[in-house]
This record gives sequence, structure tokens and C-alpha cells, in this order.
Amino acid sequence: MADIVFWFVAFITVFSAGMVVTSKSLLYSAYSLLFTFLGVTGLYIFLWADFLAVVQVVVYIGGILVLIIFGIMLTNKITSVNISHSSMQKGVGAVVAIGFIASLGYMAISSPWLQAANTEPAETTASIGRLLLMDYLLPFEVASLLLLGALIGATTLSRKDEDG
Amino acid sequence: MTIDFIINQFTEIIGNFPVAAFLVACASVGGLLFVLMALNAMVAVYVERKVSAFMMDRLGPMGQGPGLHAGKWGILQTFADAIKLLIKEDTIPKSADQILFKVAPFIIFIGAIIGLSALPFSSSIQAVDLNVGVFYIIAAGSIGVIGIVMAGWASNNKWSLYGAMRSAAQIISYEIPAGLSIIVPIMMSGTMNLQNLIEYQSGSIFGIFPNWIMFQNPFAFLAFFIFFISAVAETNRTPFDIPEAESELVAGWMTEYSGFRWAVFFLSEYANMFVVSGLAVAGFMGGWLSPIPGFLNSPVLGLFWFFGKVSFLIFVMMWFRWTFPRLRVDQLMYVCWKVFIPIAMLNIFGVGIWKLIFG
Repeated sequence: MADIVFWFVAFITVFSAGMVVTSKSLLYSAYSLLFTFLGVTGLYIFLWADFLAVVQVVVYIGGILVLIIFGIMLTNKITSVNISHSSMQKGVGAVVAIGFIASLGYMAISSPWLQAANTEPAETTASIGRLLLMDYLLPFEVASLLLLGALIGATTLSRKDEDG
Repeated sequence: MTIDFIINQFTEIIGNFPVAAFLVACASVGGLLFVLMALNAMVAVYVERKVSAFMMDRLGPMGQGPGLHAGKWGILQTFADAIKLLIKEDTIPKSADQILFKVAPFIIFIGAIIGLSALPFSSSIQAVDLNVGVFYIIAAGSIGVIGIVMAGWASNNKWSLYGAMRSAAQIISYEIPAGLSIIVPIMMSGTMNLQNLIEYQSGSIFGIFPNWIMFQNPFAFLAFFIFFISAVAETNRTPFDIPEAESELVAGWMTEYSGFRWAVFFLSEYANMFVVSGLAVAGFMGGWLSPIPGFLNSPVLGLFWFFGKVSFLIFVMMWFRWTFPRLRVDQLMYVCWKVFIPIAMLNIFGVGIWKLIFG
């Protein structure tokens, strides 16, 4: 049963990711991304990462995707529906894509994958919290400082008044 | 009675057909949740009509008898409404984006029903018992936003687009204070599992008061109100209904929808009210526990207590709707970013200190 669901989820992820790339309309791409994100959420659940799966939905669907759609809508005139994107530089793009796939494939085949037991871990959220606030406290704090800096920077850049 | 229980029962009776068991379990649980959603909307619409009538002294819905007033206490009005919505012509504007216009109601519906699936109706009745239940329900709420923006854009109507933009801005803003306040019960109980969270609230304070999280310390009491008001804002209800403000935007993002597609939006709105009230009840008000400690606590009565508390909160939402005027956009953002978020952050800090001192 789990196999069928897994292949279903994997198919949705890959198919909608393909739609994101090939769709002519920017907005259709953004909405296809919704199903890609949901598919990735499903993959996390198959890895017993329940906390990460929910974070994926909150951050990527509830935050980033909404902002992307918001951006598309705000940058175009409300009346013009003709939002599209087409491919350019197909030759160079193909070389880069094939090179990228080749290096990723090589990595995937050559790296020794850790085989974990297929059992539900006792606690995921608590162990993530323990790792973040004890073993990896410094990277965690640095990342939050970086995000705070980005937040202040974005606010400063988007201010209209000169004297502020 | 979770979905796993149904799969096990099916396997015991019929034999080992995992695919069939999975499909039957999903279909039966989904069907039950849909029935709950439909009943909730029907009852809530009727109650809303009566509440508004009593609060504003409207004569129509208070009348009785055949003819002008629909049945005794206006009960027939609800059925007439349901039939009207089902058989009404479903129009799609010519210039609308045909695919997205049709997909949007499904996405909003999915966002509403997956939230219902994690609610603890009683100590033994819950569709799925998740380790991250609290967070999951918050996440389910964010899927509906995509559907709202999709509906607004696909309608190809300026009112719809303005409504959708306002709605998206409002929901993602109010998710922050709601999320920050629901952290308070998680910090106090140390779990995100809704059943464990409710069990943590059993017992009593001084032997009389219920040991609900909202009564355990002043910060949690404040957090409950921030969470509940943010939840009302997230469901786009008055006084936070600027996305569909009928005096400015016709009907906001649902302007172009009619018939059954509109009914789906309607169902989802009431289901969202139920979900956020359910989360508030489970997180702050003791879930399926009796309000009088140790009195009439049993799994079956738990169902009654849970639905009773949720109904009370839904009634409070209606009370809001018929007594407060609509906020302006800037007031809405002011309340969220300059009032709720700082208080919610102080709450987290305060609860941390409280836990350190009083354990």
C-alpha cells in the first residue's frame, strides 16, 4: 500500500515540477508549484519527518508561494492578463541542465547513503529542538541574525520617503 | 476511533486487502467529515440568522407560521437555502480563466477539510492522531489562502482581485500572532499532540476551577484572546471581513461565483470557523474535558463537551459579527503588527519565565 501511495506522490511531484518549467503562463507555473510543494511534503512524511513536512507547508505554501503569486499580481497591471514567460538561450540552457543532472546523478550514485531503520522515531520535534538549541546553537543564531538583517534591509529599501 | 482503527477493523472482517482497506477507510472518514461540515454549515447559518435577528431586532427571522415566515421559528428557511444553492445556475464569466476558476473551490475546500481531520472530537474519536497536530492545523489554514488568491485572479474582475489580495495579506499577517500564541500551550504542556495537550489540562486548580491552559497563568489567558481574535481574522469574518467588504468590493473574491461553487466557499468558511474554534478549545479550553473538574467526564460526554465549547466560540464569532463595525485596512494591519505580535512575543517570554519559576 505504502508503495502505491509513494509512487502517486512521486508522480505528482515530478509531473507538477515539469509543469512549473514548461507552462507558458507565469501564474500557472506558480500554481503548479503548489502541487510540487505538497508532493515534497508527502516525501518528507515517507521519511518520518512529520515536523519538517508541516514546516514545508507553512513556510513554502503559506509564505513563499503566496508571496510569489502576490508579486506576479502586483507587478502587472490588473487588467493585463497576458503574463507569460518563454524560453531563451535554449542551447546554453540545455548544456547547463545536462551538466547539472550529470553531476547530481554522479553524486547520488557515488555517495554512500545511510540506511536507517524503517521505524517511526519516538520524537522528532523534541530532538530537532535539542539539536538546534544545543549542538548547533551558533549556526542557528547566525542564521537568525542574517534573516533579521534581510528584514531590516527590505524595509529600508521599500521605504518611499527620503527623510525617513 | 482513528483512521488506522478502521483499516484494522476492515482487515479483520474482510481479509488482507490493503488497498481496499485504505480506500474504504479514507472514503468513510472523509464522508463523515463532509457530513459534519455540511451539518455545521446548515446549523450555523440558521443560528446566525436567529442571532442576528435577536441582536438587531429584525422581525423577519423571528416570525413564525406559514406564508411570509418560513415554518416554525424560520426553520424551513435553511432548507430552502440549501435547495436553492444546489439547483441555482452555476455561471462562469466568459473572460474568466476557465481552469483556475474551477480548481479554486476545490483547493479552498481541501484546506478546510484537512484541518477538520486532525481535530480531537473526543478522547477516542479523531480522524488522525498526529504528533504535530497543533502545527498541522495551522498549516492546513495556509492552503486555503492559495485557493482564495486563485479564485480572485481567475475571476478576471477587479473587485475579486482586490478582495483576494486583501485576503492573502490579512491571512498571512494574522497567521503570525495566531502561531505565536498557540506556542504558549505547546510550551506549557511540552507536546504538539492534541490528545496529550488535552490530557495535560485534566485536573483542577484549587479543586474548583478547571485546569485549562488559559486559567493556568496570566500570559496564557492573554494568549487565548490573541489567538481567538487572530483566528476570527483568519476566517475573514466581520469585523475583519475587508476581503469581501460588501459595501466596497461587492463580495470580494467570490463576486463571480454562484450556485454550487459558491456553496463550497460557504461550507469552507463555516468549516474554517469550526476548525479554528476547535483548535482554540483544544489548546486553551480543555478540549473534551468537562468544565467542572471530574464531573461527567467520559469519552461519549467528551464529544458533547467538545461540540459545546466549539459551539460557544462560534456563537462568540457571530456576536462579534453583529456588534462590531468593519475595520479599515490600515487599522487591521495596525492591530496585527503593532499590537498583537509584540504582546504575543512578550507572552512567550513571560510563559518561559513562569515555567522556570513555578515549574
